[in-house]
Amino acid sequence: MSKEFKRPDGRKHNELRPMKAKVGVIPNADGSAMFSFGDTVAIAAVYGPRQLHPQHMQDPSKGILRCNYDLLSFSVYDRKKPGPSRRSNEISKVTEWALLPAVYLEAFPNTVVDVQIYILQADAGTRTAGINAASMALAHAGIPMKDLVCSVAVGKNDKNLIVDLTKEEEDYDLGEGATDFAIAKLANSDDITLMQMDGKAQPKVIPDLINLSVEACSTIYEIQKKALKSVIAEGE
Amino acid sequence: MSSMEVSNLTKNMLKRMFLEDKRFDSRGLLDFREIDVSYNVSNKAEGSARVKIGQTEVIVGVKLVIDSPYPDSLDKGNLMVSGDLLPLASPRFESGPPGFEAIELPRLIDRAIRGSGMIDLSKLVIKEGAKVWTVIIDIYPINDDGNLIDASCIGAVIALKNANLPEFDENFRINYEKKTDNKLPLSEETYPLSFSFFKLGDFIILDPTREEEEACDTRLTFGISLLNKEHLINSCQKKGEIPFTSKEIEKMMEIIPKKFDELNKRLKKFL
Repeated sequence: MSKEFKRPDGRKHNELRPMKAKVGVIPNADGSAMFSFGDTVAIAAVYGPRQLHPQHMQDPSKGILRCNYDLLSFSVYDRKKPGPSRRSNEISKVTEWALLPAVYLEAFPNTVVDVQIYILQADAGTRTAGINAASMALAHAGIPMKDLVCSVAVGKNDKNLIVDLTKEEEDYDLGEGATDFAIAKLANSDDITLMQMDGKAQPKVIPDLINLSVEACSTIYEIQKKALKSVIAEGE
Repeated sequence: MSSMEVSNLTKNMLKRMFLEDKRFDSRGLLDFREIDVSYNVSNKAEGSARVKIGQTEVIVGVKLVIDSPYPDSLDKGNLMVSGDLLPLASPRFESGPPGFEAIELPRLIDRAIRGSGMIDLSKLVIKEGAKVWTVIIDIYPINDDGNLIDASCIGAVIALKNANLPEFDENFRINYEKKTDNKLPLSEETYPLSFSFFKLGDFIILDPTREEEEACDTRLTFGISLLNKEHLINSCQKKGEIPFTSKEIEKMMEIIPKKFDELNKRLKKFL
């Protein structure tokens, strides 16, 4: 990897965009949070555990987690038609799987925990920002959890490994082009709970990309913890 | 009967067998079943293929239409992958709006094909900024005995390879009855193959039967291509709530080049 590779916004290869995290942004919700990577802003609300209807969807052995992810219509330059799409359906489902290993829902049979994630402003990495927000919102809602889930996109521009790609970097088309690899993991273990990739990466590069994401996730984890603690300090 | 959930008894039996590198049908954990390919499922399609992996059977058709380009890619043709999990193919499938599996399957194939660069979309332009070819790949499983994604990817690649462009007139009206000898602008060197790793306990297997697939906890699918003698991962997606560890992924990265070459060799005669 060439040391001189310049990212469009001048970041180092392993440098995340400036992040913001805030817990308790939606008073109506049982838990809520905002998380942003640079210009990508996600908010998440958690409602539940609450009674699940229709009844046939209930699981008598545990509560279920139900995630919904979508872009707001004005979060992108070309207005996004409101309502679910194949893309948002897929992301909702993989988000659910990314979060599930972190939560204990055995104490809440027949209930549902609804996680609503919306993107206010999109500049790549929306699903990962959404997972970070949702993980904080679940903790804020007091759902029993064994860990927080941290998520980041890593990838490549040509042969250069980079972390937290912007839209411009996702669209990079020189050399080997762009690789975009969304990863989520439990903060304090080796468990990887989300993997979605597009691009061109040699098999031997994948472990390096994962290592890069592990490093980034530990930074994200600190920001999530800080935001959660500050809410407790305020006595909410 | 075949729609019943896999019992814990079966799961435990499979785990015991996996420990000895055995499976019900006597394959090794990473072995594929017999693969058979045939062409021209429908002479109304511009290209089509039928792929059988063991008892799993998938048919794939390519239709071509002339469309306007997308506003954000005026200099490129369009690629669309769709399909359906018809109730014909399995007692598990039901009619009605597509479920997650039916949405995910074509999206994974789309990403594998796009990522590999197998189709040169810029060569699908008929009239700059106004008229382009749209390539539509439709995937229909006919019998689901596991590993539909990998089978569908093979089907899509072969259907693309044997597609011929139809004739069209000065008003860009297509005469589908007249096929030309012209092929799609496909790369000579590369095409994608899909590899779906399934995990049961600590074991990783390839090409599961329906029963094995059902018994497994989770899945990780890769779209792989070979370009300039270098293996490339073009897409990847994890399914299910059980995590993978970075060790397991490292192991898969070692398996992938070998398995790609092996499958590539087996498919050579069909391409």
